[in-house]
Parts: sequence; structure tokens; C-alpha cells
Amino acid sequence: MSWIDKILPSGVRKPDGERRSNVPEGLWKKCVKCDAVLYRPDLERNDDVCPKCDHHMRIGARRRLDIFLDPEGREEIFADIEPVDRLKFKDKRRYRDRLSAAQKATGEKDALVAMRGTLQDMPVIALAFEFAFHGGSMGYVVGEKFTRAAQRALEEGIPLVCFSASGGARMQEALISLMQMAKTSAVIERMKQAGVPYISVMTDPIYGGVSASLALLGDVNVAEPDARAGFAGPNIIEQTIRQKLPKGFQRSEFLLEHGAIDMIVHRNDMRDTIGRLLAKFTAHPAVGEVVEEVIEEEESEVVDPSTQDTEAEPLSGDE
Amino acid sequence: MNPNYLDFEQPIAELEVKIEELQHVGSDADINIGEEIERLREKSTKLTEKIYSNLSAWDIVKVARHPLRPYSLDYIPRIFTEFDELHGDRRFGDDSAIVGGVARLEGRPVMVIGQEKGRAVKDKVMRNFGMPKPEGYRKALRLMEMAERFKMPVVTLIDTPGAYPGIDSEERGISEAIAQNLAVMSRLATPVLCVVIGEGSSGGALGIGVGDNLAMLQYATYFVISPEGCANIIWKSTDHAPDAAQAMGVTSSVLQELGIVDATIEEPLGGAHRDVDQMAERIRQHLVTELARLDGLPLEDMLEKRYQRLMSYGN
Repeated sequence: MSWIDKILPSGVRKPDGERRSNVPEGLWKKCVKCDAVLYRPDLERNDDVCPKCDHHMRIGARRRLDIFLDPEGREEIFADIEPVDRLKFKDKRRYRDRLSAAQKATGEKDALVAMRGTLQDMPVIALAFEFAFHGGSMGYVVGEKFTRAAQRALEEGIPLVCFSASGGARMQEALISLMQMAKTSAVIERMKQAGVPYISVMTDPIYGGVSASLALLGDVNVAEPDARAGFAGPNIIEQTIRQKLPKGFQRSEFLLEHGAIDMIVHRNDMRDTIGRLLAKFTAHPAVGEVVEEVIEEEESEVVDPSTQDTEAEPLSGDE
Repeated sequence: MNPNYLDFEQPIAELEVKIEELQHVGSDADINIGEEIERLREKSTKLTEKIYSNLSAWDIVKVARHPLRPYSLDYIPRIFTEFDELHGDRRFGDDSAIVGGVARLEGRPVMVIGQEKGRAVKDKVMRNFGMPKPEGYRKALRLMEMAERFKMPVVTLIDTPGAYPGIDSEERGISEAIAQNLAVMSRLATPVLCVVIGEGSSGGALGIGVGDNLAMLQYATYFVISPEGCANIIWKSTDHAPDAAQAMGVTSSVLQELGIVDATIEEPLGGAHRDVDQMAERIRQHLVTELARLDGLPLEDMLEKRYQRLMSYGN
């Protein structure tokens, strides 16, 4: 490690997915939208949002959770779920080989990372998609990890927040992938029935099977500015209808206008906004009103209201 | 090439032409050629058996999309009685790519929901070739919730090239419409039986496909992306669709092995379109048997079983 590496913040030494080879690794990064050359530490301090044009750069799952959760008391959960090539899928390459290549490149076992931690002292379970792993596609591991995390949220009666970024279902796991849509939607429905909050944050891009399941089933659906999200990809739509798509089609602003999401939230405001929402959903006092003595009791308070519902009547709406 | 037969069926088509010709000769001249016709018929049957015992995944994709393949509206009057179609999602409109309504199965009231591709050109256009829009899924949801209120089992017939990929579809929230159906069907407090009768394409199929039992007709297909779409992404060419079909395992035999499909309903020799009545009867028998099985379970148990089964996908 050279002397300059030692003084750099950690995120600079291991840049996330969007690294551009034409910009020298290290201190500078070019914004993909406005071409401004940005000083990395500035960029990092701004949550990887371009300080010049406000473009929200794509960030990895761990970085996402890092800037979202409180720094203390995080714990990765369900990290040991491994992808399985049930179909022995082979196209030009074997799926198994594609998997190991993706694992090597990203350091992740698959495309979803789950953590239990706190957000402004409220216990939460947070999930983030790793887009660099197979385009964040949902196969067995993503579906299973989401489901177990949601079940854990149900058992503990604490909110679930998921940052999604995905091209859709993973082709190489064929119908097993498709069924993860049903699986994740089913567990979200149980959370809904039990009154345990689920907030979905859509980050660029969200398509196909993830869009048509967990990403649009939040009690509150949030999107980052200018994120692309839809069911069918723009190419497919253009081929089908044989006309050019209108400007801004399938962007966050389009989704807001058409009623699919509740709000567009700047990355810098994500913690505060979701914190405010969850505090209301779980009957926490507002931030700032919390006096120090209360904080200690807080954790036990959070667990109370929803756990009771969860345990007693998981299917209370089914009469 | 005979359009009523698929490419790999052309030898059968040739035999059938011969048989027909002979029948004409038979009625013209007064010679006894019955024996010859009988012999050719037998040969045709044997040939069909041989061809159909060895179909590739791609061949089955073609059978599932055969232009004469029976659709929901061919089956509904044969399986059920007193079908009263119900229309509209009460929010935007009525989508005829999904038909639904109340009917009776052996006298018992049921809710039937099916995707319908349409037969003649005008009908196909009206039904958007069986590609539902959000209002179709929302109509289906409305009918399913109605079935829950009136304690009627739900039967869904799946047959779609996919949910409609269009601007209006996206504007009205096709993703949310499908997702909502998945969520509600997972807990709908009434038996839900799903049958893939033709083409089960991705989320558009799954949007009416979550239930207590999933069956497929022998030559139906079910995939996460069409073989052409998959080939286009991986090989950058639809020419590789047969490879994609093989790799994804789109047929009931593979999907039953994976534990995703519960039952395969055998088709008449040469596919469902060769004998629609017989096919309908087999579907009817399947529905009656499965419904009786579900009747034996307390509601709570049935719902827990449905949920646990969803949770097990991929394990």
C-alpha cells in the first residue's frame, strides 16, 4: 500500500461499480451525467451524488447500507445463503462459472445484502441489492434472503427497508426465479396484515420481476431522483408499439406523476425521511423530542406493538 | 406446408392428406378401400405417437402456441355450466385479455378467471393477443376477492405471451397490479386452483397463478422469459430460442421435478387441439379431484400450506 492509499478514505481505495477506466483510479471521478471531474472525498461526503448536477451515482449494496444505517450496532444477517444451479443452466457459458465470476468480482455471494441495525436509534432490518452482481437479478438467494429478513422483521416487530436495484428475475434460474416473486410478495402481505412497516426504496434501475413484486409493495414506495423503473424494458416496449418513448418515461418523476410511488427522496435526505416515516408508523417520538433518558427504553418499546399482532394472528385479515 | 400442422408434424399431415384423398375416391368409385384407409390411419397414429414421444422443449413451445390450440373460452363452456361473465375493474376499464365470471363446476359455484388470446383476427386484436393490461389484473383481483366473500373456489386458466409491454400499461402501473395479485392470492381465503393451458409467460402468467395447486397441460409451457427473449439477451439472436427453451426447462416434466408444478394433465394424442372435448373433460376431472382434496382441509391449514409452499420455492 502506498503512502497516498493510507491517507485516502476507505471508499476511495475500493471504488464501487461505476468506476470508469478512463479516469485514473484514486482521487478523481468523472460524473457520468455532467462529465464534471469530481474530487472523490467530496463525492463520498455527498453520498456519491454529483455535487455539480445532483446525479445519483450507482452505489454498491454495502455502501448503501453504510450510509443508511446508524454506524453502531450493525450485524449482517443471512449471509450464508448460497446460490444453487438447480437447472445446470448452460448457454455460452455455464451458469456456475458465471456465478463464481460474479462472486469474485463483487465479493458477494449473490445480489442481496441484509443487515439488522438501527436507523436514528430505531431497530430496523435493511436490505440492499448489489447491482454489480448479475444486474441485481432475483434468483433463489435474493428471494430467500428477502423472505427470511422479512420474517425476522415480523418476528421482532421491527420495520423492513429494502433498497432495490435490479434488472428483474434471473433467467438462469428460470421458473425458480419467477416463483421468488410470489414468495416475496406473500411475506410482504403477512407484514401488512400484522402491521409491521415495509418501506421500498427504488434506486436506478428497477425492472421486471423485482418491479412486479417486492419493489412496488411497500407501505410507502420511495424512489431516488431520476431512477429508471418499470415492468418492461424500454427496448421491448419500443419494439412492441413501434414508436419512440416520451422523454422521462419510466423515470421516478413519471412514477410519482402516475401514482405508483409516494415520494422522490434525495439520497442526502434518505435517512431523515425514512426515519421520520418509521418513527410515525411505530409510534416513536419525533427526532429532537427524544430526551436522553428515553433512548434506553426506546428499543423495547419498538418491539411491543407489532410483535403482539404478529404472534397472535398472522392471518388476521383472513376471516 | 399445412398450416394446421407444425413443421415437425408435416409427415403426419401428408398421411392425413392421403387418407382424405382415398376417402373421396371411396365415395366416387365403388371399390372397397376401407382396409387401406384403416391401415393408413393406424400408420398415422403410430407416427404421431412416435413424433410426440420425442418432442424437444422447443417443439412443445410450438404446440403450446399452435394456432388451433384451445383457449380459455373454448374450455370454459365445456368444463363449467352457467358461465356468467363479469366485466371491468371498476377503476379504469375492462380488459378482454382476461375473461372472468361465475360458473358452476358439477353444480358447485366457482369463480373462473382465464387469459384469452382470441381466435379470429378481429377477436385477437380486441383481446390484445392475450396480453393483459393493469385493468385485466385488477379485474381478476376484484373477482377473486368477490369469490372469497361468497366462499367460491377460484379456478384460473393461464395462457398469455406476457403482460402487455406498452406505454399505457406502464402508466397505469402494470408492475403494481401484478405484485398486488401475488400478495393477495397468497392469502385469499378460498381454494385457488391454477392450470396452465397454453403459454405461461413470466409475470403476466404468475399474476393469476398463485394458488393451492398448479397444474400444467402436458404440452403447455411456463417460463420466466420467452425463449426468444432469453436467446436475444444471451446469444443476441432469436435463432437460439430452441437452446434457450432447452436450457430454461420450460415444460411440465422439468417443472414438476423442481417441485413448482404439482400435476401434469395428459393431452390427447397430437395435442389438446386434436380433441378439445376430451381435453376439457380431463381438466374438469382434475379440478373436481383437487377441489375435493382441498375441501378436506380446514381453511387455516389450507392457507398455511399454501404459504409454506410459496416459502419453499427453490429450497
